[in-house]
Amino acid sequence: MKINRELCDVCGTCVAVCPADAIIVSEFKVTINNEKCIHCQNCLKVCPIKAISEGEA
Amino acid sequence: MIKDRYDVVVIGAGPAGSVAARFAAENGASVLMLERDREAGIPVRCAEGVSHAGIEPFIEIDQRWIAAKIDIAKLHSPNGETAVMYNNGTGYVLERRIFDTALCNLAVEKGADFLTKADALDLVWEDGKIAGVKYKYLGEIKTVKCDIVLGADGVESRVGRWAGIKTNLSLEDIDTCVQYTISGVEIDETACEFFFGNEVCPGGYIWIFPKAPNTANVGIGIAGNLAAKKGPKVYLDEFMAKRFPDARINYTVYGGVPTAATLKQIVKDNLMLVGDAAHQVNPITGGGIVQAMIAARIAGEVAAEAVKTKQFSEKFLKKYPKEWDQKLGKTQKTMYAMKDKFLGMSDERFNNIVSFCQKIPPEEFSLKALFTEAVKGDPKLMLEVAKAFVVSKIKQK
Repeated sequence: MKINRELCDVCGTCVAVCPADAIIVSEFKVTINNEKCIHCQNCLKVCPIKAISEGEA
Repeated sequence: MIKDRYDVVVIGAGPAGSVAARFAAENGASVLMLERDREAGIPVRCAEGVSHAGIEPFIEIDQRWIAAKIDIAKLHSPNGETAVMYNNGTGYVLERRIFDTALCNLAVEKGADFLTKADALDLVWEDGKIAGVKYKYLGEIKTVKCDIVLGADGVESRVGRWAGIKTNLSLEDIDTCVQYTISGVEIDETACEFFFGNEVCPGGYIWIFPKAPNTANVGIGIAGNLAAKKGPKVYLDEFMAKRFPDARINYTVYGGVPTAATLKQIVKDNLMLVGDAAHQVNPITGGGIVQAMIAARIAGEVAAEAVKTKQFSEKFLKKYPKEWDQKLGKTQKTMYAMKDKFLGMSDERFNNIVSFCQKIPPEEFSLKALFTEAVKGDPKLMLEVAKAFVVSKIKQK
């Protein structure tokens, strides 16, 4: 999954719905660990500003 | 001076963290509270509405953090009808930035140490037990030892996950939200307004909470499972174009709100979770401030008792979820059972309910009446509603 940092507000909603523990908020940035990601797309669906899309970071 | 070891380390300085830290410190525990941001209370990811009765047990009411006093709620149906309900007591719209700082100060006054710009990274384990927290402070990785880690790190909580608790919410159990703080608009300064309808706001509602003359928080929360194609910002912008085309937007904030029952496991050996991190939010209203403070007080007191008696096992710490369940956890479960009925109903049904509620005089109209009407035809849920409201009445007395 890929995050558009220009849009991301670092709200953490994506972290809350990730079943694979693949997303973290640290140092005011959201980071997706694509090795852990299972591509369920929960994060993409729930992101309030649609800053997440399929694709490698 | 920050020490290397505390009895309790609290992660997060929102209302949950600050209240937990305060009650732990007040009851004799040494406490460190870590906050990732540069101060408590920012960014304000919140509509800021609370009841006087809800916050009054925790802090002396101070005009500095009250933006507006609320007397009534207006419920707007999909077809544009409005039902007016008097609040059960005074309500407030807060200035969370100032309110959170005040709560944090209370914790510090009771002896808690507080560190900002301290980003918790992981738990420290010793002999298979949680024994501290690793955090980053001003570019340096630090370690602090403790007997209890109290995770108050919000909807994006990592503390529970570090401890091996499954904390992720399903898409049905989270609301995805956007809020604008707008000015230059005509609003009713004494009313909180709510708009419902599957076209304008699927599985949730739009709110207008006044903050000052001509200024309000206008936000939307929609169910996570209904947000894939069209996100909340698109819905909110559609609403704004109709209702407030000339508004000035002063502040925009995004966020998620848990709309579930309380997390099944909120304690483990040497670990406790509170607030959004424990999903202690009213799943229908999305209100979490008072819930978090009530839970945090119990958690802080149990943590201090654990320190006094040197009992840090899950078995001992379970006093906290037990008491929480009695106070509010059970009510939250009932609300969760009603959530789908209430927020998932058809527009037609909602129109009917609002027109029914319009016939009730505002002073007699209550949430109980609203929910009772909403679950009509489902005897089991009707009983649950009755029980929930009888219980909450008794507790208020």
